[in-house]
Amino acid sequence: MAITGLIMVGFVLFHMLGNLQMFQGPDAINTYAHFLKTLPPAVMWGGRLFLLAAAGVHVATAISLTRENCKACPTDPGVKERVQATLSSKTMALSGSILLFFIVFHILHFTTHTIFPVYKTFMTDLDGQQVYDVYSMVIYGFSNAWIATFYIIAMGLLCMHLSHGVSSMFQSLGLRNNYWRKTFDIFAALYGWVIFIGFVSNPAAVLLSEYTSLNIFPVQDVLLRLS
Amino acid sequence: MKLTLKIWRQANTEDQGRFISYSVDDVSSDSSFLEMLDLLNEQLVAKGEEPVAFDHDCREGICGMCSLRINGLAHGPERATTVCQLHMRSFQDGDTITIEPWRAAPFPVVKDLVVDRSSFDAIIQSGGFITARTGSAQDANSILVPKCDADTAMDAAACIGCGACVAACKNASAMLFVAAKAAHLNTLPQGQAEKDRRVLKMVSTMDEAGFGNCTNYGECEAVCPKEISLDFIAKLNRDYGKASIKAFLSGSDE
Repeated sequence: MAITGLIMVGFVLFHMLGNLQMFQGPDAINTYAHFLKTLPPAVMWGGRLFLLAAAGVHVATAISLTRENCKACPTDPGVKERVQATLSSKTMALSGSILLFFIVFHILHFTTHTIFPVYKTFMTDLDGQQVYDVYSMVIYGFSNAWIATFYIIAMGLLCMHLSHGVSSMFQSLGLRNNYWRKTFDIFAALYGWVIFIGFVSNPAAVLLSEYTSLNIFPVQDVLLRLS
Repeated sequence: MKLTLKIWRQANTEDQGRFISYSVDDVSSDSSFLEMLDLLNEQLVAKGEEPVAFDHDCREGICGMCSLRINGLAHGPERATTVCQLHMRSFQDGDTITIEPWRAAPFPVVKDLVVDRSSFDAIIQSGGFITARTGSAQDANSILVPKCDADTAMDAAACIGCGACVAACKNASAMLFVAAKAAHLNTLPQGQAEKDRRVLKMVSTMDEAGFGNCTNYGECEAVCPKEISLDFIAKLNRDYGKASIKAFLSGSDE
């Protein structure tokens, strides 16, 4: 659980940093996306399969842990109070399940374009080369307020999942002690928030550009051009 | 004080069990929680009813026998306190108090508030000891123990094995108990020889007994009457990891 979690914790940081290139304009993100898509197939598919395997093992161990835990705890007809358990720690299974659903949705939405096949047609010119227009796809995708809101909520759950998960990781690997405990807990909470703010900045900026006078992204231009 | 008690009554392991309400009058706020239950039992016996069965022994907070979940909290509302050291001044006149046994699959209810904690004994028997020659005592100070190690070992050894950690855990995990018992010996020079075997055996016995897994929830630490720290669980994970790797590389399970 801790090791597969660590792999995904590293991945989300790079994913988030990559996303921030949206704010550097269309060429930056499109160049980056083109670079990722034209990686040697062995590297690209190797990476994808590695992450998929990590996610698969993470989910499988979570299910087997939960099963064993359910068996150890018989139905409790009485009252049970909590003293110090955090909300994040109590809701790991719930936040994890919703995140799994989100990840599947996200891949079908922005990677394979299965949900809205119209995304497949977004192309742009980059240094005289026809490349996929990720910049417009993101703006077009998040201009749907329902989808943007779902992304923002999912990222809130990711923040909670990480704030417990990252500090747990140190505990499960046996790295925590009296001296490092506070540092790890603060690091985990901070990490969760950094990831949250980084990821949410894109859908939030699209919504703000669309519905307020702020003009971070040219939402109307993109919508006019693509419709 | 006048109190209403909602007590779990269960005739034996097979019985379904249910809450039954009792009221007790004239409870002194200076009496301990167990003395209050004694008072109730005297009243029940006088009326010809079956007294409430509950575990207790030293009533000094050091034996680990008392084991009640009071208003949803193992050992009641005071921190770092066993039930026997809990006094009625922690409650208000007219309160309704819910009293239940520990609830976990490896701790079957024997009767009313008494649970069978022999799965803890099985864990201790599998590795919670050092193999030493018995007979005449060694010279004092023939084995030097650094002060900080002695202090850490003593903090772990403070565990009285009451099982509150299991009762408070949503997964009924016994990790805090096992961690304390393993860390106590693993920290001292006398425990080094059997360190790896101890950790592997105690963890496997814990799993076989049907305890759940630790999800770093922290409730065990909060209710522990001896304030055993979660850091010992990290140490158990660390020692277990090292022992597993060594066992894998040497191809043996000890």
